[in-house]
Amino acid sequence: MNLTAEALEGALVVHLAEARLDAAIAIRFKERMRDVTVQPAARVLLDLSKVEFLDSSGLGAVVAVMKSLAPNRQLELCGLTPNVAKVFRLTRMDSVLPIHANLEAALGEGRKYA
Amino acid sequence: MRERVRPKSPPSTPRPTPHPQQAEVRVFNLSFAATPIAVRDALRAAVARFIRLMTEEEAGTLELILAEILNNIVEHGYGDSGKGTISLSIARDGKGLTCSVSDDGAALPPACLDLEDRDPERPDPTSLPEGGFGWFLIRDLATDLGYHREQGRNLLAFRMPLDPIEIRRAG
Repeated sequence: MNLTAEALEGALVVHLAEARLDAAIAIRFKERMRDVTVQPAARVLLDLSKVEFLDSSGLGAVVAVMKSLAPNRQLELCGLTPNVAKVFRLTRMDSVLPIHANLEAALGEGRKYA
Repeated sequence: MRERVRPKSPPSTPRPTPHPQQAEVRVFNLSFAATPIAVRDALRAAVARFIRLMTEEEAGTLELILAEILNNIVEHGYGDSGKGTISLSIARDGKGLTCSVSDDGAALPPACLDLEDRDPERPDPTSLPEGGFGWFLIRDLATDLGYHREQGRNLLAFRMPLDPIEIRRAG
């Protein structure tokens, strides 16, 4: 799985460079996220701009990661493509996860409160 | 010239339009193993077959409905055994797509298809649910959802309306 993490402006930014976050990789995604988020950071930003398809298994995996980080750390998403945004909207999970248009906007939000 | 263009076609159309007389492939049939990877390949093949006959958004919706149905069969119908076969058929007509999926796995619980008054059971986002979304997505996006079980075989069918490309071109 093509998943990389970098520290940017106090946030841990995770780039998922996979076209799909689906049932076939949901479990591996959760494991890889657990590994990379060992690194301490108050914010964890998941960049989904390369992901063109998300199903309910992928959505469940994202929620599982969010729960694993709580209560001390918040998972935030950025760069949702239209098909991915639609799944968050239909399931109303966009109401419980902070979603930013792109990475720049997400980091800008952090600066505002710094 | 990139491709053949009919003289009467408007200079630009919002999406690629198939040549009406050309034998555009409008039916898709595939049988595959009940595994997550085989489902992925089947979805890719199905969407590739119809991508020229629908918008990108419609293609995304088709892929999502099918993914939820097929992954449900892999996970619950065959209990993640990796054994079993799924058959998928899709046909494009003037009003949209008719899809049917069959398998020899466990019967579908009737509640999955119950369209009425299921909203209170939708996963509550504030409880941070990790599952239970699949059938709500299917029922939100598909129409004419029907299920039949006969001699140990499940047959699930649905329709997905599409913008009528023929009519749009004529107008």
